[in-house]
Amino acid sequence: MAEIRRLTGRLAWRIGEVVETRPAAPRTRSLYLEVPGWEGHKAGQHVDVRLTAEDGYQAQRSYSIASAPEEGRIELVVEHLDDGEVSPYLTDELRTEDKLELRGPIGGWFAWEAREGGPLFLVAGGSGIAPLMAMIRHRAAAGSDAACRLLYSSRSREDTIFAGELDRLTASDGSLEVVYTLTRSQPSGWTGYARRIDDEMLAEVAPTPEQRPLVFVCGPTPLVESVATSLVGLGHDAGRIKTERFGLTGG
Amino acid sequence: MDERRLDGNAVGGLLVEVFAFEATTAEGACDRCGAVAHVGEQMAYVTEIGTVVRCASCDNALIRIAQNPRGYFLDLRGISYLRFEGAP
Amino acid sequence: MSAGFFSRGFRGRRRQTDDRLPPGQYLVDGFPVLSAGPTPRTPLETWDFSIVGEVDEPKRWTWEELRALPSEEVTRDIHCVTKWSKLGTRWEGVSVDTLLEGVETAAEYVTAFCDGGYTTNLPLEDVTGGRAWIAFSFDGAPLEPEHGGPARLLVPHLYFWKSAKWVRGLRLLTRDEPGFWESLGYHNYGDPWREQRYWGD
Repeated sequence: MAEIRRLTGRLAWRIGEVVETRPAAPRTRSLYLEVPGWEGHKAGQHVDVRLTAEDGYQAQRSYSIASAPEEGRIELVVEHLDDGEVSPYLTDELRTEDKLELRGPIGGWFAWEAREGGPLFLVAGGSGIAPLMAMIRHRAAAGSDAACRLLYSSRSREDTIFAGELDRLTASDGSLEVVYTLTRSQPSGWTGYARRIDDEMLAEVAPTPEQRPLVFVCGPTPLVESVATSLVGLGHDAGRIKTERFGLTGG
Repeated sequence: MDERRLDGNAVGGLLVEVFAFEATTAEGACDRCGAVAHVGEQMAYVTEIGTVVRCASCDNALIRIAQNPRGYFLDLRGISYLRFEGAP
Repeated sequence: MSAGFFSRGFRGRRRQTDDRLPPGQYLVDGFPVLSAGPTPRTPLETWDFSIVGEVDEPKRWTWEELRALPSEEVTRDIHCVTKWSKLGTRWEGVSVDTLLEGVETAAEYVTAFCDGGYTTNLPLEDVTGGRAWIAFSFDGAPLEPEHGGPARLLVPHLYFWKSAKWVRGLRLLTRDEPGFWESLGYHNYGDPWREQRYWGD
């Protein structure tokens, strides 16, 4: 066993400034941060955010970066969790010009760069869309023509974060496809999927194993594990599936 | 299946405090079953009392980290070796 | 990072203190789950509980045999080293005194061992004299797996990491062997009233 010194350096804690906030869904907010000295990130990585109360009490959570590396400022997507300690502060209290302490980018494992190519199969549950949106945006900014398909599960159309942007991107890019499944309520006339992701849906939506897609799955732990297990069952190479579990709820 | 468990990726920040560089892409060999996998794809159990990274194949505790006012406590006894790809 | 930095307007969860609590603890509403590994799912047909180590004859009970032993209802306060406490928690279990009846030993220590490999160490006298139980029921219902079911060790006078979840037995020893958290910076004994959270406390 070893006792380790604290480090300084580019992965030390630093202070960013909130330059904009925007509602992303009924109980979800996007935060845009300028972080002096930010050296960039890879699509898929996250930051650790640390809050400190005046009495010194601290709480820390991780949030995926939703913005592409090509953008200057970083975007975090935060869903308000009712019994949360950190998320209500970030969605309800934090405002522009406030400072936020963070550390990152972290997580070289769950990341994609355009030069890796595709095809890409992305599966998102709820706020698990955040790191996958970074990949989709990076793909567009880099001018990649790697085929990319996103299967996105959310409770309703209103809860579908980035829906507008995804619709615009798919309209102008034939090699990007998005399949939505709305699990709790659907708009009238909805002809799409209306249930949780299951084996049958994946068999219909996922690329074939022969296409050897790079797969990224992100969302609540039960969804991620179920999807990863199903894909392996459908014949996909487990070594080409990367997962980011958010635990009990969206992160 | 455990609803609370995370990927080793989630402990990337804590491992930076301990290792000086990105550890989630490091490859580790489980000393119980021999499986070799990246830290980022192992199973992570993160709580206020401590963090345990377990082998995704056999659940052996690979890395245990506790943090308290005395400092960081790190136990790597479950790992035969860790291979890092170089400075980030 | 920066000394003196704080997040404007952040207060954290309101921490409700109480005179009945040990130092540094606060009351919590729910029952937090802190697990160092996956929740074991041992079927009751194969489950057993053993007393091994420094004993003339190891003892073993199947689930039915354990449940046939006299049990008691126990209401106690519990205190986690991560600072949450719950007052008046209700349990039902078999007293460790009952399980140690007739056991002859020179041992002064025990290590509780569990499904999943978790261990914790205690002085033998801290699990006897009516201070410890193998608990199979919480709040009037069977103990849930995420809280240590089918049975956990219950030693409420010490920090709750000593109340080992998914317990499968006690090993009696003549030498103290620090367990899972005790070997990673947590106090070897863990008395909440003396705030013995970490080494050196």
